[in-house]
Amino acid sequence: MTETAFKHMRDLPSTHLLGTGTPACAGCGGLQAIHQIYDVLGKNTVFVNAAGCMTLLSVYPFTPFRGSWLYTAMASAPAGAQGIRDALDILIEQKRIDKNEDLQVVVLTGDGSAYGMGLSATSSAMERKLDFIYLCYDNEGYGNTGQQYSDATPHAAKTSTSTGPGGYPGFKKDLFSIWAAHKPAYVATVIGAESLDLARKIQKARDIEGPCMIISLSPCPTGWDFDPSLTAKVGKLAVRTGIWPLKEYENGNITHTRKPAKRLPVEAYLNLQGRFKHLFEPKRDEKMLADIQTQVDAYWAKVAS
Amino acid sequence: MSRKLLTGNGAAAWGARLAGIDYIPAFPITPQTEIIETLEHWIGGGQIPARLVTLESEHSMITAAGAAAATGVRVFSATSSQGLLYGMEMLYAVAGWRAPFVLVNVSRGLSAPITLEPDHNDVLAARDSGFLQLHCATCQEVLDSVLIAYRLGEDLRVRLPVIVNQDGFYLSFTREPVEIPDQQAIEAFLPPYDPENMQFRASAPVSQAVAVLGGGPYSYFRYETHLASLQALAVYDEVASEFEKASGRANPAIECYRTDDAEYLFVMMGAFATKARQAVNQLREAGWRIGLVRPRLFRPFPEEKLRRALAGKKGVIVIDQNISFGRGGVLHTELASAILGKSEKPPLLVSFIGGLGGRDISAEEFYEMARVTKEAVVDGKAPEPRLLYTETELREVRKLQGIACVERQALENEL
Repeated sequence: MTETAFKHMRDLPSTHLLGTGTPACAGCGGLQAIHQIYDVLGKNTVFVNAAGCMTLLSVYPFTPFRGSWLYTAMASAPAGAQGIRDALDILIEQKRIDKNEDLQVVVLTGDGSAYGMGLSATSSAMERKLDFIYLCYDNEGYGNTGQQYSDATPHAAKTSTSTGPGGYPGFKKDLFSIWAAHKPAYVATVIGAESLDLARKIQKARDIEGPCMIISLSPCPTGWDFDPSLTAKVGKLAVRTGIWPLKEYENGNITHTRKPAKRLPVEAYLNLQGRFKHLFEPKRDEKMLADIQTQVDAYWAKVAS
Repeated sequence: MSRKLLTGNGAAAWGARLAGIDYIPAFPITPQTEIIETLEHWIGGGQIPARLVTLESEHSMITAAGAAAATGVRVFSATSSQGLLYGMEMLYAVAGWRAPFVLVNVSRGLSAPITLEPDHNDVLAARDSGFLQLHCATCQEVLDSVLIAYRLGEDLRVRLPVIVNQDGFYLSFTREPVEIPDQQAIEAFLPPYDPENMQFRASAPVSQAVAVLGGGPYSYFRYETHLASLQALAVYDEVASEFEKASGRANPAIECYRTDDAEYLFVMMGAFATKARQAVNQLREAGWRIGLVRPRLFRPFPEEKLRRALAGKKGVIVIDQNISFGRGGVLHTELASAILGKSEKPPLLVSFIGGLGGRDISAEEFYEMARVTKEAVVDGKAPEPRLLYTETELREVRKLQGIACVERQALENEL
């Protein structure tokens, strides 16, 4: 177990390494997490980006990153990370560059890539024990194109391609378990609204060698339809209702890092978001609300047993 | 220098070895696999210090290749056919990154129907990607071209990735005597890769391949890539001439065989051009004034050289081992645009398509193409493009269809 430097909120870095003025939407939960993650990782990083919202962070000739960046494509960011990692290893091994020139390689993708198109490249990078951090900002849909449903979209959510009365008929893919099944060095869920938990996990990911896989649930005001001022609140409620379990996988074990002592009903989280409005108006969809609550209860019952 | 019997695949691997490559992202595909296996055996046996990583697809393979080249190491990779197409998105991307490395493509016909044998539709699908293209006709040329390709692609005036193309089976699995240059001679010709500002280092943060907003900056970078590719025309001549000094072997951008006094020319690329060469000899014996022009460099397109080679000729027999559905042969259209409005008395271009999926082009067919072209010159009008196919071949296909019908009928009767 890595000893954490982050015991209290006051221990968190206040460097604010990531620059301002990016074209991200107001209240972007993904950017909220990246800000904090970047402060923990520092500038000796190279972000290898897959097509998604964050592709627009670096637009010629500006970048909010003090470190490096490579945009690849939607499906193959982990392969880009492989190429950079291997090249740096070769250069250091052969003493063609100094060890101080080394960089932490970080893949940055959205859920569209992580849960779908990029899954094969990600699986294979874990299989090869690539020493990298994989960061998925998960806003539960193809956000950059206007929030069409993806494999990460939760049951019943309305998206621009699930506009019918029931919303999205599918269920959010359990990417955490899919990743953990590969037995990588580390897997964790985080959220920008729980800063201390996030910082501890990113510190671990930084210090552990091998594939370190992070999913950050990223409340999305534009895609989920809530006021940008509510990003932190929606994030906290995702955790307190038990919808977004904060957990980590390490050495074959899964640990829940935050077990809500008294979980709030799921509707406290759902009714803040326009994408679930049809569950409350014009009349409450008791069955659907009960179904969603039952799924969350079942998850936590399994955790307790 | 040593002389060995090598397959085209072996020659490609030797080219990479002599180039002192650092890194090989790989993915197996017939008929290329022998190249990466050969390199892996050398790595496994401790004979070369390179690192080989097998990715889960060609799309990832090209991504890793581009990313490693953009970090500052010398990269080699190889693929074929469906693999090249699977990686196509990244071919365009890494050329835009201006990441120089060498990719050997072992040409193989494209699906559907799926096949293993060669034609050039795979490599021509990458025509507009920004990769430079060298097309080989012999195993020796495969080795030489890999070495030339590194010098060319890494040149600061160019900085683009290069595809070295060889035909599946006809070169990849055919043993020919190949001269392997001494490592020392090659080290003088090809110094270590200097990535200059193309690298990721803690002390020098950089953003590569970032997005642009608007057509202005987009066009700027796209034009820049185009102009860099055009600069490769002159750089190729320099590099080939230095390679000739180092190795004694000439690899001009276009091969002109018995063209000086020729009235007629065959124009074609790749291994089958050696069949055209043979046809030239035979036709010359029969009194024809005929020669062969073979573009070795296809991207950038050596337009001026080809125009000069075609100047004053009566008829040009363009043989495309590819087919652009609904249009015809790619080399034919490229040549036509090279001479249209730029030649005083342009020769008549006659288009033929053949050699698809490894289909042979017989000596008789070369004679027939020459005869058809001579007639067209007399008429002053090019005939419709010909798709080479014999009655025997058609009969063979009809037989296969007959078997399929009989078998289906038998199965239906059983039911």
